[in-house]
Amino acid sequence: MSEFIKICALSDLIPDAGIPALLNGKAIALFYVDGQVYALSNYDPIGQANVISRGIVGSIKGELVVASPLYKEHYSLSTGVCVEKSDATLTVYAVKVEGGDVWVA
Amino acid sequence: MKKKLVVVGNGMVGHAFLDKFVSSSAFADYAVTVFGEEPRVAYDRVYLSSYFSGKTAEDLSLVPVGFYESNGIDIRLNEKVMSIDTTAQTITTASGVSMAYDKLVLATGSYPFVPPIEGNNRDACLVYRTIEDLEAMKEAATRSKIGVVVGGGLLGLEAAKALVDLGLQTHVVEFAPRLMPVQLDNGGASMLRRKIEKLGVKIHTSKGTKIIEDGETARHKMVFNDGESLETDFILFSAGIRPRDELAKQSGIAMGARGGIVINDQCQTSAAHVYAIGECALHGGMIYGLVAPGYAMAQVVVDQLNHKPAAFAGADMSTKLKLMGVDVASIGDPHGTDEAAKSYIYENGPQEVYKKLVVSSDGKKLLGAVLVGDVDDYGNLLQLKLNDMNLPEHPDDLILPARSGSKPAFGADALPDSAQLCSCYDVSKGKIIQAIDDGATCLADVKNATKACTGCGGCTQLVTSVVNAELAKRGVEVSKAICEHFPYSRQELYHIVKVEGHKDFESVLHAHGEGHGCDICKPAIGSILGSVWNAYALDKKNIPLQDTNDRYLGNMQKDGTYSIIPRVPGGEITPDKLIVLGQVAKDYQLYTKINGGQRIVLFGAKLPDMPTIWQRLIDAGFESGQAYAKALRTVKSCVGSTWCRYGMLDSVKMAIDLENRYKGVRSPHKMKMGVSGCTRECAEAQAKDVGVIATENGWNLFVCGNGGMKPRHADLFAVDLDEATLYKYIDRFIMFYIQTAGRLERTATWLGNLEGGIDYLRQVVIEDSLGIGMHLEMQMQALVDTYQCDWQQVVDDPEKAKLFYNFVNDDAKDPEQLYVRERGQLRPATAQEKLESLAIELV
Ligand code: SRM
Ligand SMILES: Cc1cc2nc3c(=O)[nH]c(=O)nc-3n(C[C@H](O)[C@H](O)[C@H](O)COP(=O)(O)OP(=O)(O)OC[C@H]3O[C@@H](n4cnc5c(N)ncnc54)[C@H](O)[C@@H]3O)c2cc1C
Ligand code: SF4
Ligand code: FES
Repeated sequence: MSEFIKICALSDLIPDAGIPALLNGKAIALFYVDGQVYALSNYDPIGQANVISRGIVGSIKGELVVASPLYKEHYSLSTGVCVEKSDATLTVYAVKVEGGDVWVA
Repeated sequence: MKKKLVVVGNGMVGHAFLDKFVSSSAFADYAVTVFGEEPRVAYDRVYLSSYFSGKTAEDLSLVPVGFYESNGIDIRLNEKVMSIDTTAQTITTASGVSMAYDKLVLATGSYPFVPPIEGNNRDACLVYRTIEDLEAMKEAATRSKIGVVVGGGLLGLEAAKALVDLGLQTHVVEFAPRLMPVQLDNGGASMLRRKIEKLGVKIHTSKGTKIIEDGETARHKMVFNDGESLETDFILFSAGIRPRDELAKQSGIAMGARGGIVINDQCQTSAAHVYAIGECALHGGMIYGLVAPGYAMAQVVVDQLNHKPAAFAGADMSTKLKLMGVDVASIGDPHGTDEAAKSYIYENGPQEVYKKLVVSSDGKKLLGAVLVGDVDDYGNLLQLKLNDMNLPEHPDDLILPARSGSKPAFGADALPDSAQLCSCYDVSKGKIIQAIDDGATCLADVKNATKACTGCGGCTQLVTSVVNAELAKRGVEVSKAICEHFPYSRQELYHIVKVEGHKDFESVLHAHGEGHGCDICKPAIGSILGSVWNAYALDKKNIPLQDTNDRYLGNMQKDGTYSIIPRVPGGEITPDKLIVLGQVAKDYQLYTKINGGQRIVLFGAKLPDMPTIWQRLIDAGFESGQAYAKALRTVKSCVGSTWCRYGMLDSVKMAIDLENRYKGVRSPHKMKMGVSGCTRECAEAQAKDVGVIATENGWNLFVCGNGGMKPRHADLFAVDLDEATLYKYIDRFIMFYIQTAGRLERTATWLGNLEGGIDYLRQVVIEDSLGIGMHLEMQMQALVDTYQCDWQQVVDDPEKAKLFYNFVNDDAKDPEQLYVRERGQLRPATAQEKLESLAIELV
């Protein structure tokens, strides 16, 4: 398992929305929903651009998802699996919040 | 060798025949020639009077451009057929052409009857049937102040409306003791009279005209049998129609005693291989002066040419129409000619509503009905009559106001599948069910598939209820819930937000929803908060609601960059501003294009650059063009009267003013407008949600047009408006749309789904039938008063500007944003180009 890296302050996050960040040169997306932080890859495998952080967060039948802003496929925040096309997946990263900061590995 | 089919007459029915025939298999066996006496192809006489409210001859045409040519039909206009030789099977025309036929179809229509009154051929004594007649009327009206219509029947009242539209002080002279003597009883006719007189039209009944002679104060004096007289400049005869049977008569084809080409149930005349259809035909002693029976006859002939059995079984003459804005309907026999018939009458004086039912002596069947002022019951009653259904125990419940909710539920389900719902296009309930089985999921789909509701529109209510009932039966979500989180439609959510005063999504979700919301309900409610409170998209609590375009105030491109589209009201831009745009584009290496909305778009802006780009544009006097928002986009304009030699009014100024008034107003979908300086319509205003076209007398307003996937021409909504009235109507129109449209429903689709259609919309907006006009205007004014440029707010607030970054923890460029130079500018590299890492230019 790779090391946790400090990304930003918790207060930089926007509740119920996403923001983009860089983790070891890779683009990631951070979401902050119901007090919980999620980190996924920011690259939309279908639209082929770094845009996932700009999608709308919501729930489908109880599961938290983000909708890609390009073509609106939904990805589970906890598993990264695409609801519409199960062969498309976002990488999910481990997250911890310590001392008001967000750490991702 | 193909057989020869000749059609005489290219009117409504003649064309309908060809329209049906070309799509039948027998068409391949025939070479078709059509002769039309008029100088143009078939047009819509039913809507003839709309010519006076702005429609052109082209608008009225029933024939798609190129229809005859592409189907290989030989059409000869301006060519009257003079004789038929039924033995040799040939016809001869006025220009001497002679032609053989294997089958001949006569669709020669009818002509207006002019009573044999001395002086009936004086100057400005006209009739009303063709476009040439309309032109003559227009010309005569310019020389007249007072106009008289002779004849108070259906067409006469329609003609009276035309005279009112032409600006004449209008009178109607009717021989019978009441208006519309055929369709109405005394009670209904006097209610109609009261309503029409209120509109300033003078009605004179029981008046026979003896002579028309020189007037003293006006061009003519009409002297009546009772010795009274009336002075007028203009006389329009509308005293009934007579079949155009002269051609058939000379050719020895059998005639009715009082005219009309006799046909049997197969629409065959007495001569072999000769058919007659439409208003020239006499069937069972009847001439049908309506289009629907003519269309049915046309179908009967098409079927026979296809060797299918078919018969014309007569037609129902029930009608529902709007005469001078008054709703009138008549069903079956409204006079109770049958001695034993019983009748029920409901009259509401203050609201000017009159309804009468005529029922059989046993009270079981409906024989006829008259409705004036409120025709909502027409659909139900007509179906009862047509399908010979049993009446409820208390038939009068059918016409009494449903105040107590006691109106018998006469559901769509009660109708048999054979029930004809739309008579204009002969659409039965069965056909509607078929369309739904074939995939139609809403009223608009059904209309497209069956053409139902697209003629006179009289059947819309009934068709809607059948469609809804059928969809519900199939478990198709007629559920209005916009998504799994809210059991409400957008319209209901709008009212919830407004009435309960919700200022953010959380509080609406808490009170009325469940779960977390989603990418459907969040932007919908975000937009509603914008429409109701002018809520700003980038306020922290609103950010999670925004589609990316609204969140970053630009349209996202395929590579994750954004477009920059500053507002250029009316498309007018100074050279200085052009230079600034060019400079900014150069400095940030933005791809530059003139877009379809008459403004300039800069593509490829990176998130971190957007606030500074906009800072420079705002400093130069630009503001956001809201090209990313569900809001007003552009108001296109033409050159207009300042430069164009044809311009009637200053279309540029009007476009700029409109754009500045409505900019930023959040709506269910985007809205576009256009303003043209004259009817040449260079701004394509009729393809817009709101279109404005200058006339000699003011502005014509068009609404609910649309380009895009399903183009739709806008409907003419009101004519010759002054500016104040124009703004008033547009304010009301837009606010009413905002309040009642579904999610992402553009005005064209909204209108398609609006019960009552354009007439209802006119009632609400122009006549203020719901009494909400002032309210709508005030709401619009509040939005206009609180307008703020989206980008100005970012530029002014460092906290907001900070939201634009590629990475929260790094200033790096986005490694996926790579470019290729093409035609002197940069464009995003394709995946292939990235792989080959050739021709890639890092910016
Ligand atoms: C830039 C422009 C094309 C151009 O280079 O000419 C354009 C670009 C887009 N159009 Fe358009 N439309 C543009 C004029 C038009 C026009 C022409 C017009 O306005 O006179 C039409 C047809 C007229 C109409 O809307 O009725 C048009 C009909 C559409 C439609 C179909 C709408 C419909 O009701 O069917 C969409 C899809 C939608 O909105 O859902 C659309 C959607 C789009 C989107 C927003 C698609 C998207 O989400 O990325 C494009 C955004 C590109 C961008 O980054 O700005 N665009 N689009 C034009 C911008 C005008 C402006 O300054 O605001
Ligand atoms: C103002 C107005 C309003 C109306 N409103 C309604 C309404 O609301 N609802 C409704 O159902 N109906 C309405 N009608 C009636 C409707 O227009 C007619 O029923 C319909 O036009 C009949 O079609 P047709 O083809 O039989 O006759 P037409 O449309 O009159 O066509 C006949 C054509 O044949 C041509 N012709 C005649 N003789 C010859 C010849 N020898 N050689 C070549 N060509 C020839 C004529 O010039 C004409 O063009 C209205 C009519 C008018 C005038
Ligand atoms: S619409 Fe009329 S006024 Fe405007 S540019 Fe065209 S011709 Fe000129
Ligand atoms: S009955 Fe005229 S449109 Fe349907």
